[in-house]
Amino acid sequence: MFLSSVKGGAMALLCGMMLVGCSSGENETYYDEYKQEQGANATAAATEAPAADDGKGVGPVTTVALGEGIEDAMAANGKTIFEGKCSACHQLSDQKVVGPGLAGVTERRKPEWVMNMIVNPEEMTKKDPVAKKLLAEHLTQMTNQNVNEQDARAILEFLRQNDQAI
Amino acid sequence: METVFNKVRKSAPKAALLMAVAAGAMLQGCSSTESSEAAALVSGVAGDAASKVYVAPGQHDELYTFMSGGFSGQVAVYGVPSGRLLKVVPVFSQNPENGYGYNEETKAMLNTSFGFVPWDDLHHPKLSRAAGMTDGRWLFVNANNTPRVARLDLKTFETAEILEIPNSAGNHCSPYPTNDNEYVLAGTRFSVPINVEGDGKYEDVNFDEYKEKFRGSISFIKVDKEHGDMDLDFQILVPGFDYDLANGGKGPSSDWVFFTTYNTEQANTLKEIGASQNDKDYLAAINWKLAVKYAKEGKAKEMPAYYYHNKLDEKSHIAKSEIKKTVRILRPEDCPGLMYLIPVPKSPHGIDVDPTGEYMVVSGKLASVIPVHSFSKMLKTIEKKDFIGNVGGIPILRYESVLQGEVKEPGLGPLHTEFDDKGNAYSSMFVSSEIVKWTLKDLQVKDRIPVYYSVGHLVIPGGDTKKPYGKYLIAMNKITKDRYLPTGPELAQSAQLIDISGEKMKLLLDFPTIGEPHYAQAIEAKKIAPNSVKMYSLEENSHPYAAKNEKEARVERKGNEVHVYMTAIRSHLTPDNIEGINVGDEVYFHVTNLEQDWDVPHGFAIMGNNNAELLVMPGATQTLKWVPQRAGIIPMYCTDFCSALHQEMQGYIKVSPKGSKVPLAFSTGAKKPKA
Repeated sequence: MFLSSVKGGAMALLCGMMLVGCSSGENETYYDEYKQEQGANATAAATEAPAADDGKGVGPVTTVALGEGIEDAMAANGKTIFEGKCSACHQLSDQKVVGPGLAGVTERRKPEWVMNMIVNPEEMTKKDPVAKKLLAEHLTQMTNQNVNEQDARAILEFLRQNDQAI
Repeated sequence: METVFNKVRKSAPKAALLMAVAAGAMLQGCSSTESSEAAALVSGVAGDAASKVYVAPGQHDELYTFMSGGFSGQVAVYGVPSGRLLKVVPVFSQNPENGYGYNEETKAMLNTSFGFVPWDDLHHPKLSRAAGMTDGRWLFVNANNTPRVARLDLKTFETAEILEIPNSAGNHCSPYPTNDNEYVLAGTRFSVPINVEGDGKYEDVNFDEYKEKFRGSISFIKVDKEHGDMDLDFQILVPGFDYDLANGGKGPSSDWVFFTTYNTEQANTLKEIGASQNDKDYLAAINWKLAVKYAKEGKAKEMPAYYYHNKLDEKSHIAKSEIKKTVRILRPEDCPGLMYLIPVPKSPHGIDVDPTGEYMVVSGKLASVIPVHSFSKMLKTIEKKDFIGNVGGIPILRYESVLQGEVKEPGLGPLHTEFDDKGNAYSSMFVSSEIVKWTLKDLQVKDRIPVYYSVGHLVIPGGDTKKPYGKYLIAMNKITKDRYLPTGPELAQSAQLIDISGEKMKLLLDFPTIGEPHYAQAIEAKKIAPNSVKMYSLEENSHPYAAKNEKEARVERKGNEVHVYMTAIRSHLTPDNIEGINVGDEVYFHVTNLEQDWDVPHGFAIMGNNNAELLVMPGATQTLKWVPQRAGIIPMYCTDFCSALHQEMQGYIKVSPKGSKVPLAFSTGAKKPKA
């Protein structure tokens, strides 16, 4: 029902665009380009399907290769980033502050999930079932701290180190 | 249905908007209505108007329109064709909404030689240019009251720089970028005494010495190609008229810029009579490239001046004022070929140069014709020395020799003209409240459409460039009686969107604006949107009082001053409990927004503060000054709804009586830092 109404809306929009297109002049290339772009977006939005849940979360990270032990240099780098961008809301213990305490997180979640949550929190809390539940529990949208994948990997290593130390 | 329809018909003026949304059949019915007023209104509205301005939720507008906020001192950004207000950018006025001009970082932006001036009258936005086309990098605007020119950065939609203009009063004739943005030119409205012969300082002048002592000035502001920074390179001393508007040439006339003048009689009282004695006023044509050459060759004389130049640093977001103490002055009598005067109808207002650069259209507010001057004829007239006199050595060209022709009976009160991409010109008629379309080819009127009411400027996106985007025209109206729901004696001013893609103009939409929508510039969204900044990088934040993570949050006392290094993130402030502050302390809250996420600013306000609030963008630091006046527990909180727990984003400050020895202490939750 929801999907079909979205599609209907998109159709109506497209019709509207065609009408406008007919009445516009010949040399308005930017306008045509603009309308096509907007139309493409509307279509894309209408055909979005829910993601399959493989425990890896939703986002750009599909595979992460973990080493046997902890890569100390990477973990140290991760610690610095964590303190700058994450520690305002997360404790390394099991204590909840704004967000959940992170002790044991690398045992609870797949490494891909942790990284996707860091780099792609909005989409995660909209589509990933676990992230959705966490949002319902903590009520604050996890902040997108604009962390790139490489830095997210370093944070993951730091969290692994934290979990091994416990 | 019939009853509703009749109701609509009776309240005709208010019906137009409704009509725009109505179905085609209903519109046809309306246009045959007996009510002449309703008929006039409705016939102006295109049948498919609603679909042409409809931008569905989630979709973006085609164009940005930067509209002057007039006496609000701000710039308003609207999406076109929807007419949706996207942002208000404070420029010359303090803005409590985001603390601009109130917080410690931006106060310096409003410094002038007159002291702190927290208001102005913003008239003309002009977009920066590259090769005669808008490039979407910066917007230049003028302050009409205390002469200033500002540059807005269109990556951040913030005011980046404000330059005061010396030897100027009423900076109306401003700012006009040259085709490659080499210079932005600013002319003075009120001529004032300029003591060039003496030491440049104040000279005791009487009003009856107007003709001898009062002069106008045209300022040449050099613009840095890469960063946009402005620098007052030199000024041209011009006859003591009132300078009203300017526009640059293009194509063949690229080296020239044209200024309209009034009060060529040089009256200093009751100007509406005094400035109406002569038959004609002048268009001042200045070869700006030659002016720059003369200035480089050392013809400009340096004289003392005193003016402010305020700039916002990109990384620290802190504005600093610099006081400039000299200015170079160029005099036309020392510079042959620099300047000419072309007679134009009395009290001209608009000067607009067509996309080819050949025609200069000059509207006289009270004239019954619109003269169109020819650039090539102007050059020939100069070559033949076909002059009818001079003013202070500046030749006056023969009107007939420069004239291409006149547009006859265009309407009442012609003001401004913009151009489309098909050789048509559109002039606004203030008195008869209409837009008149005519062609440059034969100077014949082709179409007219009523506007509501008393239109001033109009804008066609790119209508002052080499290649207009000739699809829309926006009329900016001074009066809106009956257009909207009444709101007491003052009504919102308005802009009206008109479709000019066909032979006949069609009214599509009108929308209220912040006052006064004096002039506007519009540009394709694609030239700006991709460059829009989403956040500031915390790593690059060079604010000396930034706290880049919660560990750095702290409170420090330096004598009477207390500095709070505070952080904000969804959904708490750190620290959120502070004590050890005394009545009369100067407390500076340096709030850093730790977020690195688009559209998550945090606000910061303190009960009873004699100031505004802060609105801190992600990754930025801002400072709010607070001098507590009474002992007690004072709450502070975030003002900008940031998350479900926004309301909980709050804290307390304990204020002790003056002279108390309570030690400074601060905390947030369990992580109690050492005091």
